[in-house]
Amino acid sequence: MISRKVLGSLVCLFVVTAFIWITVGNGKVHYLPYYLPCPEIFSMKLQYTEEKLIQLFPQRQDVLTVTPWLAPIIWEGTFNSEILDSAYRPLNLTIGVTAFAIGKYTRFVGRFLESAEKHFMKGYQVNYYIFTDNPETIPDVQLQPGRRFVIVPIKKYPSWQEISVRRMEAINKHIAEVSHREVDYLFCLDIDMVFCNAWGPETLGDIVAAIHPSYFNVPRSQFPYERRSSSSASIPDGEGDFYYGGAVFGGRVKKVYEFTKTCHMTILTDKANGIMAARQEESHLNRHFLSHKPSKVLSPEYLWDDSVPKPPEIHLIRFSIVD
Amino acid sequence: MGITKLHGLAILVTAGITGAIWYHHPFSSASDQESTFSSEEGILLKTDLNETSPMLPRRQDVLVLTPWLAPIVWEDTFNRDILNAQYTQKNLVTGVVTFAVKKYVQFIEGFMSSANKYFLAGHQVNFYLFTDNPEQISHLQMAPENHLFVIPVRNYSQWQDISMSRMDIISRYIQSQFQYEVDYLYSIDIDVQLFEHIGVEIIDALVGTISSWQYTAHRESKSYETRTESQAAIPKGEGDFYYTASFYGGSVAEVYKLTRACFKGIVKDRENGIEARWHDESHLNKYFLYHKPTRLLSPEYCWEEELSRPRTIQVKRMCSVRKDGKK
Repeated sequence: MISRKVLGSLVCLFVVTAFIWITVGNGKVHYLPYYLPCPEIFSMKLQYTEEKLIQLFPQRQDVLTVTPWLAPIIWEGTFNSEILDSAYRPLNLTIGVTAFAIGKYTRFVGRFLESAEKHFMKGYQVNYYIFTDNPETIPDVQLQPGRRFVIVPIKKYPSWQEISVRRMEAINKHIAEVSHREVDYLFCLDIDMVFCNAWGPETLGDIVAAIHPSYFNVPRSQFPYERRSSSSASIPDGEGDFYYGGAVFGGRVKKVYEFTKTCHMTILTDKANGIMAARQEESHLNRHFLSHKPSKVLSPEYLWDDSVPKPPEIHLIRFSIVD
Repeated sequence: MGITKLHGLAILVTAGITGAIWYHHPFSSASDQESTFSSEEGILLKTDLNETSPMLPRRQDVLVLTPWLAPIVWEDTFNRDILNAQYTQKNLVTGVVTFAVKKYVQFIEGFMSSANKYFLAGHQVNFYLFTDNPEQISHLQMAPENHLFVIPVRNYSQWQDISMSRMDIISRYIQSQFQYEVDYLYSIDIDVQLFEHIGVEIIDALVGTISSWQYTAHRESKSYETRTESQAAIPKGEGDFYYTASFYGGSVAEVYKLTRACFKGIVKDRENGIEARWHDESHLNKYFLYHKPTRLLSPEYCWEEELSRPRTIQVKRMCSVRKDGKK
């Protein structure tokens, strides 16, 4: 029979173990919330009713609006278009857009351009560069003054994966030959999408990436990063910031030139090793943006997929895939 | 009864379990901040965004982004390791400009020793100390990467004049000297001390610090100049934040433009026989209204010691050390 002393010792042992486990928890640092359940009381809205001196509209409290490297994340409600327009319009900028319309994708060009004319950078000079292997099928679209449309012929590739991985090279080459002289900022967009709401100068930055709509509020472990270490786009477990979408990226034309070159190099490295990344160039883009953080991040408002059910965080969809 | 084998076994088992728990859950948070430093790219790969929900806001109690998309720097909004890696890659040098005239020389020691320790620690900082009493400065121990330049300057009878002439002196020295020596330049009042690290999160093109008076009931102290005769006048109803003149800066080019514009306003006011309510601070606020800063520092970065600290101020990095009520 177990004696009382032994029983007592074992009970003490158990209590101590349980106590240590509870206090230490899972080992992560606990940041105790500094506010009580009514955050409005402490919320610094900087509004003074007597003087109406400093007024700021409320921030978005439901989403992250600044990355840990202090790059803004652009959500509806975080910015004032008037202030931004008054800062950017006088600079007389030209914004470039690249889009690839290969094979059957030429049918999306008309819709893309019409919606862009309604919503994309209104009031700014815009150059659309449509890369296509089929220039005759590109429709003629009426553009507003100050906006141009240029067809960039490219050669046919056998498969869509091949086309996808050649995009970086094509954009890079085109910047070097043409667009670096013509535009200040460049956005590289997918063609099978439409603009639904305003896309303005809040998106301008040195290096701009957009968060993929399907992965913005899921745990990082579920991000479809390339995981095979043999690929140069591989991101190990536990690493990564966000999952960026390959359908929208951009920035200052010089910066876009630099990172498309780097991405193209890593894509070629994989090709030489006989491996194709899980999500083709999107995987390489994610790997690149992990070690060269974007200076501005666009919320999924700027890269939406209509087939994804709209969560409460998405207030306004600006650019979306349409079937 | 004495210690039996069973007692010894129980102690051993307890020690073993405690050791196992300690090993897997260290009490320090060091494992969390572990970073993978890739030598080729040099930017940290490990992030500190929430694992299960990366879009969770880190601070919900304060504004962290202005309407013109300038980040407002608060504790827990940034990862200094990532920022350090980005800063180091660009091989930048930052300068600090400060003035110690007349009785303000008493603050030099406290300021320099704390700034040397906490201001951009690990990076090269050039301290430019303007004083009317260079001989009185005792030897100051500087970190190996920092430099101290003592520059003699004439004193003025009134402290407001010193305060206002700072703008002129800074712009002239940027043109003649600083632009060749530093990339970023910050003007900091001498009568402050640093108690926590102020790092590269402050580095941006044009940076203003939100005044700690904004958080108190002392409306008087944080008002803009409203008399339209002054160049620093801000129309009623306008204004984003009230910025403090104790800590501002940015790239050398932007600070030059700022100091020139402010000094022009000061001179014009003097000609018209008017002095702005809060002197150079009023002019600074006028400038920041129409030339929005690209980054704002929260009042953590320049806390007025006599004010009671609200909960939103989690850290006091730099505090005034004024004993009397006047500046």
